[in-house]
Amino acid sequence: MNIWIAIGATAIGCYAVKLIGLLVPAGALERPLVRSLAALLPVALLAALTAQQTFGDGRALVLDARVAGLAAAAVVLMLRAPFLLVVAAAVAVTAGARALGG
Amino acid sequence: MGLSGFAFGVTSAGSGLTLLQTCALSLLVFTGASQFALVGALAAGGSPLTAAAGAFFLGVRNAFYGLRLSQLLRLTRAVRPFAAQWVIDETTAVALAQPTRRSARLGFVVTGLSLYVLWNLTTLLGALGAEAIGDTDAWGLDAAGPAVFLALLAPMLTSTTERAVAGLAVVLGLGLLPVLPAGVPVLVAALAAPAVLWAEGRRRGAARKPGQPRERRETPDAGEWRETRAGER
Repeated sequence: MNIWIAIGATAIGCYAVKLIGLLVPAGALERPLVRSLAALLPVALLAALTAQQTFGDGRALVLDARVAGLAAAAVVLMLRAPFLLVVAAAVAVTAGARALGG
Repeated sequence: MGLSGFAFGVTSAGSGLTLLQTCALSLLVFTGASQFALVGALAAGGSPLTAAAGAFFLGVRNAFYGLRLSQLLRLTRAVRPFAAQWVIDETTAVALAQPTRRSARLGFVVTGLSLYVLWNLTTLLGALGAEAIGDTDAWGLDAAGPAVFLALLAPMLTSTTERAVAGLAVVLGLGLLPVLPAGVPVLVAALAAPAVLWAEGRRRGAARKPGQPRERRETPDAGEWRETRAGER
């Protein structure tokens, strides 16, 4: 039930922000401070989420095979590889490291 | 995005969501990063509303895409509620790249429809695949979520401001993980954005004219920053 509440809240919230963008008059969200905050918000969230899902295990911080996988993804990203290849590299290297006992 | 629907289906199923819940997310939410964030927070034991809040804040950027699209596409009011679900990174990029309004509208509809179908089909296949595989962690699939976040983040790190925000958010997100309830540290880490903006405004303002009132200081800094962003796109 809890999961359905989360799904419902996310669906309503995410649909609402999409619709608000289409409905508000041009210029309403154009204040420079609002724009720079809106651009920086995903940077903060994505950075925190990447770090947590790489090092977090419940409420503990651990070093496991995921670190190797994400390092591989970072290298592939720097080579300007397509999105899917980045994800594939992370998955493959994590699986490999885990199979080797990481 | 289309193909990473598969990664989402696998991750969601691996996080303990049922097939129906996974597919409902892709059908109803349809914005990849928010979906990954939600299932990640739920898997970590976050409360439903905390998890939804993180996903929601990631989705806020779509409002700004909608703003640009509404000027470009000039949709009638009756059509907007239906078009809204397709307002995402990819449809905005395609529509903005078109030379005329007619081709922008066509680009938006074609990209929206094909990605919606593809995203939902691949989500279903991923969730089914995860059920067939069993232990998704053994296949390294728990690394798919963070890799998706990293791939979305990397192109955004264009200047010192973004890197400072990302660095501070990592420190907050990891440092608070052991002490705050699941899902809350990410929300606190979001404060890295206003914190860095405020610090930059102060620093530049102080460097220029020490005695200037704060209102006067914030505007030129933020304006300067906005111009840089517009130039990049």
